[in-house]
Amino acid sequence: CDSRLPLTFTPAPAPAPARDQFQEELVIRPLHSGDIYASFQFRTLWDTDFLQERQKKVSHYRLFPKSLGQVLSKFSVRELHISFTQGFWRTMQWGQPFIPSPPGAELWVWFHHTVSDVDGNWKELTNVLSGIFCASLNFIDMTNTVQPSASFKPLGLGNATDHRFLRYATLPREIVCTENLTPWKKLLPCGSKAGLAVLMKSEKLFHSSFHSQAVHIRPICQDEQCTSKAWELRQTLNVVFDHYTSGQGKKEWSLFKMFSRTLTEACPLASSSKVYVDITDNPELFELSPATHLLSRAVVLGDRRTYSVYDLTRAETFGQLRSFNLLLRWKGDNMLRPLLHAERYVAGFGLQTGEIHTVIYNNHPYRAFPVLLMDSVPWYLQLYVHTLTVTSKSRDNKPSYIHYQPAKDRHRPHLLEMLIQLPPHSMTEVTVQFERALLKWTEYTPDPNHGFYVGSSVVSALVPSMVAMSTNFTQDQPLFSSFVPVKEESSYFVRVYTEPLLVNLPTPDFSMPYNVICLTCTVVAVGYGSFYNLLTRTFQVDEPSPPLAKRLANFIRRIRGVPLLA
Amino acid sequence: MGLLSDPNRRKALTNLLTRLNAPICMVCYLAAIVWFMGLAFEPFTLRTYMSENAMGSTMVEERFSSGERALSLAKEFDAHKTKAGGMPVEWLVKAMQARGLEVFTQSFSRKLPFPDENKERYMVRGTNVYGILRAPRAPRTEALVITAPCSPGNSNNQAVGLLLALAQYFRNQIFWAKDIIFLVNEHDLIGMQAWLEGYHHTNITGMEYSPLQGRAGSIQAALSLELSSDVITSLDLILEGLNGQLPNLDLANLFYAFCQKLGVLCTIQGKLQRNDWDTAEGYTHAAQTMMLMVLKQACGRSWGDHGLFLRYHIEAASIRGINGFRHYKMDVATIGRLLEGMVRKLNNLLERLHQSYFFYLLPSLSRFVSIGYYMPAFGLLAVILLLRVSFPGLMLHVCFSVSLQPSGPGVLTVLTPVVISHLTGVALYLLPVHLQEMAVEHFPVSETEAVVLTAVAIYTAGLALPHNTQRLLSGEGTEQGWKVLKLTALLYLAVLLGCTALINFSLGFVLAVTLVPITASMTPHMPKALSALAMVLLSPAFTILYCVFIYQELIEAPVSVSEGWMLFLSVISQGILDHALYGSLVYPLLALFVYPCWLMFWNILFWS
Repeated sequence: CDSRLPLTFTPAPAPAPARDQFQEELVIRPLHSGDIYASFQFRTLWDTDFLQERQKKVSHYRLFPKSLGQVLSKFSVRELHISFTQGFWRTMQWGQPFIPSPPGAELWVWFHHTVSDVDGNWKELTNVLSGIFCASLNFIDMTNTVQPSASFKPLGLGNATDHRFLRYATLPREIVCTENLTPWKKLLPCGSKAGLAVLMKSEKLFHSSFHSQAVHIRPICQDEQCTSKAWELRQTLNVVFDHYTSGQGKKEWSLFKMFSRTLTEACPLASSSKVYVDITDNPELFELSPATHLLSRAVVLGDRRTYSVYDLTRAETFGQLRSFNLLLRWKGDNMLRPLLHAERYVAGFGLQTGEIHTVIYNNHPYRAFPVLLMDSVPWYLQLYVHTLTVTSKSRDNKPSYIHYQPAKDRHRPHLLEMLIQLPPHSMTEVTVQFERALLKWTEYTPDPNHGFYVGSSVVSALVPSMVAMSTNFTQDQPLFSSFVPVKEESSYFVRVYTEPLLVNLPTPDFSMPYNVICLTCTVVAVGYGSFYNLLTRTFQVDEPSPPLAKRLANFIRRIRGVPLLA
Repeated sequence: MGLLSDPNRRKALTNLLTRLNAPICMVCYLAAIVWFMGLAFEPFTLRTYMSENAMGSTMVEERFSSGERALSLAKEFDAHKTKAGGMPVEWLVKAMQARGLEVFTQSFSRKLPFPDENKERYMVRGTNVYGILRAPRAPRTEALVITAPCSPGNSNNQAVGLLLALAQYFRNQIFWAKDIIFLVNEHDLIGMQAWLEGYHHTNITGMEYSPLQGRAGSIQAALSLELSSDVITSLDLILEGLNGQLPNLDLANLFYAFCQKLGVLCTIQGKLQRNDWDTAEGYTHAAQTMMLMVLKQACGRSWGDHGLFLRYHIEAASIRGINGFRHYKMDVATIGRLLEGMVRKLNNLLERLHQSYFFYLLPSLSRFVSIGYYMPAFGLLAVILLLRVSFPGLMLHVCFSVSLQPSGPGVLTVLTPVVISHLTGVALYLLPVHLQEMAVEHFPVSETEAVVLTAVAIYTAGLALPHNTQRLLSGEGTEQGWKVLKLTALLYLAVLLGCTALINFSLGFVLAVTLVPITASMTPHMPKALSALAMVLLSPAFTILYCVFIYQELIEAPVSVSEGWMLFLSVISQGILDHALYGSLVYPLLALFVYPCWLMFWNILFWS
């Protein structure tokens, strides 16, 4: 931790060695498209152990939210990542985000290896989280849960690779709104009353092009030697503001314009509270006021960036007005191409078959690199795996690793994971055909004509870096650059989510059952009945019996031996 | 049903049907015509209503006001179009980018099977430009499309101007839940076809195109815009799409609702609505409007750029600005507001448009005839064919002959004409396009004329078939033979017309009206010359000719016989082109099924 809290801001002096600490951080990155990206990160570190069974249960909570701590120990969770996103991260315009997330809700959890009933724990956990975050996570069940074998490795301590203890699910249809933001804000030690969180006014956060909030919990090392372990809770919130709709065409931004608030103090419980502004492209692209002399350099996502740092724990940051407002003015425009980029769409028409196309771009001029593609497709799209093709530069590209788990109708989705080598400066297309299943009439959603969602596919890759990544693990790195551990200098980890798909399934006209019942009953009763009757009955010509007098006369005639009467 | 299992009553019914067969058939035919004409009578039709809740109750406020900007953009577009001699791709890309859209282009090329003389094109090469307005906080799963064709000459500049002005206005709004694609397509339908095939990554018509770079999920609805003047007097709504497909009626209702709200004169088939339904003129007007719709639907071509969307299950309509000589004029801003309102309501949709009717006829914009009302008219015609199957002696005779003499001449006598008629049909379908080079070499005609005249020649040559068929068959045709053939042909025609009417009611009905009377009464014992004349006059080709004349009469542009003949030839070439370019099914249906079926009856007439 870099700086002690100034005495003027601390209401009560902390006990000598605090076992938990809290940091907050806001990064503002002007994007090349002219939009502005604001990323909040809040980190709580606590060197306790929720999973130690021999010790007594953790019961005294200070900064760490108790609701989450109890969940961790009850369900023996080793690592938990949950994100709620409204909108789609436009990689082509905005570059890579600090922490990517797919549209809708995403949840992935590594359970402790002592858990015997993983599925049971998972089911309960999703229901509990559903309550905590006020979201429809209870719709996660076995039909949309998968166990990826390679794409989602633990990000924290420990190198367990047995994916039996991993569960991954997405809800692409989940709509994120203020009701999810409020419980998320309540997990912060200062709530939304002080510190950076005062900026989170929902009417502004949801007046944006992209909104994503997430919670990541994992065990990490306390220091470089990893002598002691600590639990890290990271809460992140990413917003992209559209200069066009809110700026009325004027390319000018300030904290007040973005959030309709200015900052007046740091969270008193925070050991560090900083605002970073990406000024790498300064002064060509924009000018910043007030200027600061504090600069920080970091290597983020394969790029060397320079940041202006505003330390909110210092009184001089707020100036004479005791309020801190940042102003940005654009001067120019330029465009950058992200090295890795993916998109997906459904090809074909009609309601019987279709084809899922996933297109992955490697924009690196001369380096090839492998990517892991993970696709989880609901069972009602019946994939024809024999039609799977991977082509790069119009040549067949054989994946070096394929993990495929076929779906079971109404029980389990398809899971397809592939390791694909992307040639330099290329477009790789993965296609697979599918047939749309006919659902049972109770399985349709209330609005079946809207269509059915297929979650984003996930592309995970170690992208070759243009500059050397720093691998040394130090505490004073900014939070946004320290989420994914960097193992080697030459590459950095990127995860790209494609857009979810909306697929129409053959849908009966639900307003017609009455007509259909009438029609079928009529056809069965009239048509089938009479035809069945005609086909099965044997017809005989029925001779009418002669009257009694005639029979008597014939009887007599037979005795007499004369011809009978006709 | 005791009626069928009781032999006595069954006999009575059969007797009745046999005895009164001809009168019943006549009554059915007249009833069908009367029923159909009655559909346009207002008290018999239903008032249109909005079925989709998401569009009905939520009124939107239209604020678009940059009509002037739209016009100046139109002028600029015009200048760049004349300078570039076609689509000003670079200017459009810049203009769309400046409005904050993600812009992409698609180039395409298509070689027509033979030159299109109406539009003067053969080798088509072009570029589509489209910009995607990304909806904030939406995951790229749904989209709406607004298109404006880049037409040659002076037309449609205002549509492109309005499109750009709308894009600029829409970009500043926060309420979009679906991405909006603004598309300017070159070479009208061909460009549209290329774009749609590119978007859905299919290739059904052999088009060459570059793959699309940007997409926006599944398209929910599309509007095509055609404006050629700064002020307009009324807006015309065009619904008829490829193969007679129609968009959901709610789309028409939406257009009508906004025209009412903004006080815009709106027409359908170019005809204003009248309120005097109880007068003869009022009824005639409604009947004419409906007849126009039937004729347009029957010909199976796409009457606007919207028509190609329907194949992909995207509800679409074209809106065309008309500048007539009326006093009431409105500016581009009003049309912009109308479009804004429509797009905003479509944006509110939670599901695809599916609540309202997909099968309907419109005698006016506020009245519609649903499938339940118009189908009986066709049903009455189809019943005639089934009644004729039970024609005295025909059914029973055939049944007996088949059951008693399984090795009789029946099969061969029937099969030969059937096969030969169908081979003629295949020749009519394949040869015109494939033989054009040979025809051009030997005759002093252009390719288009060659194709059409070859088609007419093959059609006429088919009339000589009965003699050839007879020569192939050893021996004389028997009485039994023609009855078997007639039974087959009647059942064939009934199934053919029934299937056609289910998919495209208008086509099925028009064919049935002309084909049913003559085919139902055909026997070899009728006076040859007279019935041959009647058959030819009621053959599929003459049906097309009549349709051309009636259509011209209805759009108040009557033509002379020679002009009509020229139009008839161009209709045939257009039909063949529509089939090759967009996959319209009317030409193959007529050539491969209807014409052979008619030839089978022609065979019966000359049965010796």
